[in-house]
Amino acid sequence: MSGATIEPGFALPGQTFAISRFDLVRYAGASGDFNPIHWNERVATSVGLPDVISHGMFTMAEAVRVVTDWVGDPAAVIEYGVRFTRPVVVPDPDGARLDVSAAVRAVRDDGLVEIDLTATVGGETVLAKARAVVRLPDGFSGGGSAA
Amino acid sequence: MTLDQSYVGRVYPPTEPYEVSREKIREFADALNDPNPAYRDAAAAGELGHPDVIAPPTFGIILTLQAGHQVITDPGFGMDYSRVVHGEQRFEHVRPIRAGDVLQVVVAVESVRAAAGNDIVGLRAEVRTVDGAEILRAFSTIVARGTAA
Repeated sequence: MSGATIEPGFALPGQTFAISRFDLVRYAGASGDFNPIHWNERVATSVGLPDVISHGMFTMAEAVRVVTDWVGDPAAVIEYGVRFTRPVVVPDPDGARLDVSAAVRAVRDDGLVEIDLTATVGGETVLAKARAVVRLPDGFSGGGSAA
Repeated sequence: MTLDQSYVGRVYPPTEPYEVSREKIREFADALNDPNPAYRDAAAAGELGHPDVIAPPTFGIILTLQAGHQVITDPGFGMDYSRVVHGEQRFEHVRPIRAGDVLQVVVAVESVRAAAGNDIVGLRAEVRTVDGAEILRAFSTIVARGTAA
């Protein structure tokens, strides 16, 4: 069973993730997604983008850390889905800052917890319908950080 | 051009077996700047009940993206790869991917439609061990911008 404080509206600790060109190059290598719009400004602008953009999957992976860092065991994430609504532009050298917040949407009868994520860059939403379904470990209390 | 609707329901052959290593999981976690010990330290993962280090929740994209390329680059299907962007992504995990897994992916075309001048394709990828144990399902929406005129 989940801790008593985990109920709809419970806010997880938010985080901000810095995204640099270096991060995108490293993610390209680790993931095998070498689409040049994620590292080559000339190619990105030639297809109508303002600049190099983040891999959507990199943004998605960073955002769910608000959940995995909170729970501790990443295996708690049973389902995770997002819609990519706006490209995350990553200029050199400044990069981008991804702000992620999360709150419990529902606690199901089977104990699984639905968490809605909000991911923004410069105040603009970059992921929509971002939701994780989480099986909380036994005895997990939520870290006592209810907002 | 309009995509070939007859591809809906098409199932592609399983991908070549992919052996998940501790090093690849650590490389992926490093690329996310994610210090979680469950990705790096078998003992720490063991304390959480896992038999070896586990992979981050989105690690499966390494396999499913490659599997999806079979569809995107299938000349008979007709997608314009240069215009492809990722619309949606969702994972359903049966259990986490972990070091030592040998995995194969079967990808299927779930839907093909056009909206606002874009071709929109829904893919379903099932990731199993070579022994047939289901590990995860990945659902992707792929958009080819401005190709459905």
